Amino acid sequence: MVFWVIQSLNSLALGALLFLLSVGFSLIFGLMRVANLTHGAYFMLGAYLGVTVLDYGGGFVMAALVGGVGVGVIGALVERLILRRLGGNPLGQVLVALGLTFVIADACLMLFGGDPMRIPPPPSLAGAAEMFGFYFPKYRLAVIGFAIVAVIGLYLLLERTRIGSMIRAGVDDMEMARGMGIPVSRIFTAVFFLGTALAGAGGVLGGPILSVYPGLDQEMLPLALLVVILGGVGSLAGAFIGAFLIGFIYTFGQALLPDLAYIILFLPMVIILIARPQGLCGRKLA
Amino acid sequence: MAIKYFMSTLAAGATAVLLGAVTTTAAFAEEERPVRLGFLTVNSGALAAGGQQMQDGLDFCLDERDHTMAGRKIELTVGDTAGQPETTLTRTRELVQRNNVDVIIGPLAAFEALAINDYIIKAEVPIISPSAGAEDMTQRKPNPWFVRAVGTSAQSAHALGEYAANELGYKRIAMISDDFAFGHELSAGFQRVFEENGGEVVQKLWPPLNVADYGSYIASIDRSVDAVFAGFAGANGMRFLSQYQSYGLTGRVPVLGHMTTVDEGILHRMGAEAEGVISSGWYSAGIDTEENRAHVDAFYKRFGYDPGYYVNGAYTACMFLENALEAVNGNIEDKTGFMAALRNVHLTSSPRGEIRIDELGNPIMPIYIREVQQKDGRLKNVVLKKYDDVSQFWTYDKEWFLDQLVYSR
Repeated sequence: MVFWVIQSLNSLALGALLFLLSVGFSLIFGLMRVANLTHGAYFMLGAYLGVTVLDYGGGFVMAALVGGVGVGVIGALVERLILRRLGGNPLGQVLVALGLTFVIADACLMLFGGDPMRIPPPPSLAGAAEMFGFYFPKYRLAVIGFAIVAVIGLYLLLERTRIGSMIRAGVDDMEMARGMGIPVSRIFTAVFFLGTALAGAGGVLGGPILSVYPGLDQEMLPLALLVVILGGVGSLAGAFIGAFLIGFIYTFGQALLPDLAYIILFLPMVIILIARPQGLCGRKLA
Repeated sequence: MAIKYFMSTLAAGATAVLLGAVTTTAAFAEEERPVRLGFLTVNSGALAAGGQQMQDGLDFCLDERDHTMAGRKIELTVGDTAGQPETTLTRTRELVQRNNVDVIIGPLAAFEALAINDYIIKAEVPIISPSAGAEDMTQRKPNPWFVRAVGTSAQSAHALGEYAANELGYKRIAMISDDFAFGHELSAGFQRVFEENGGEVVQKLWPPLNVADYGSYIASIDRSVDAVFAGFAGANGMRFLSQYQSYGLTGRVPVLGHMTTVDEGILHRMGAEAEGVISSGWYSAGIDTEENRAHVDAFYKRFGYDPGYYVNGAYTACMFLENALEAVNGNIEDKTGFMAALRNVHLTSSPRGEIRIDELGNPIMPIYIREVQQKDGRLKNVVLKKYDDVSQFWTYDKEWFLDQLVYSR
């Protein structure tokens, strides 16, 4: 019984982390049709920025903010200065995104060295909470909370603000949106900022669980792709459902069928791509 | 006509003498040329931290000797393998064919060493491995040009199996190790000796090498065991122990580790979650001999961290080179003679203790049981017990051991 409860909580925590990682990717891909393969690197960069803040004596919240905003700014600049020039050239965009991954990864290696680094959780969330006779890390429970806050915040942004409706319009039908006078290029930059900032903040928030090390970007990117493929592109609900679905499949797959760990993880993606290529909540891409 | 004949003979003779003089000078010049040392390390990707430590260890050793061994200068060329087998092969070829190296120290990973194994045999280049622990390279598929400066994957795990059963009195243990050759080999070695001494391994978990999160594995661990054996490499030991603590298991179920689980290279980034972990290894910065204390102090002063698996591997490989070069009076050009000297290396003292090489190219050396403790303001692997003259075969008969299948899952 305890086993099932702990693994379910593990699944929720992993799902929460995956959500923070992938929602940005999903938004960017949905709106701009850019497969932002640099996403894993942004996640890692945010984590490294967080480590730097903590080293200088900043608190955890500050680290998350700096990680998020810092990476968001870099992302916005990349969009403005580089990706914009490759509009209409999806292959070029993908290659540039991939190249940026290597640049960021190497820069981090140069600046921070190859040693893995820890981001300790804030003291109030350290340690294990005891409940019903077993222990579960307090921080992981908090991460579930962060994801819920994030999804509510994003929902309100997308559904209840003007800029949110502009974004949704752009995702739905770019040409019409332009025709209606929506400043599409500024929306692009804003969404890129938002998406990469979420990845950067996600890196810091994931730090106490995953730690920060070279190669983190390459481990996180396939998971983000998985969530987005499963849940559907450009959809908040899709990212949310996809993330938690993967969280459960991954955790229980590892626990019950450990020899098939990787198959368990990628099999759902294959099935979805065959049966419903737009993902669970996505709409058919034009 | 006769004069012409005479002049041409004189010219021929003069040329011959000149040529002879030039070649002899060249031959003499050969003796003075530096020994060309190739170094294969990893400077990018996930293994970069270990690669940097290897580089530091080698630089430290060469600087101590002023880049001179047996009266000859050592010229170092570094090749970055990026942790990829294909790149390792390319770099090795470059070192051998373009740089004409006399000897190679490297590579870092076992899969890299296996990738260049055939080439080394064909090119007949002496190679000293400062890190790769793949068992079969000195067991069932030996390479005559290969010498290892570190132990096999299971060499120190054997000792821990014995210590856990006999001195710690553990009866039931759960094992969790990285799911790749190194993890399989070290775990199998631990299990064999542990069970022969009355213990029982009740559970074996194999998280993939690059798994993001150990949460589901930790939750699956059978809580009723006496201890958990954690066989991790790279940074995984750090992540595992920190997550182990956040699940409330630290202090509840003791952890036994492999040398790489709490290696000095990652230990300095860990905290209370690592305290009390007992591991085994052929080196520890905490070895309490005068030689090692001086070595650690000098290294720490220059680099700011304690030497561990990678640093010591490269440092010892460098010591092997020196020992072999001195045995052949610097004549590295005689490859067969040099290789024989390399296979007969005997260091009576080193930071690790006394080291000999067995007939298959693997070292026979002391193994230390260590415990992570707070000392001098930082975490150290303090030595609890020393096993002398441990070979890759533990106490087993060599023929019997080689007859068994190689260690696996």
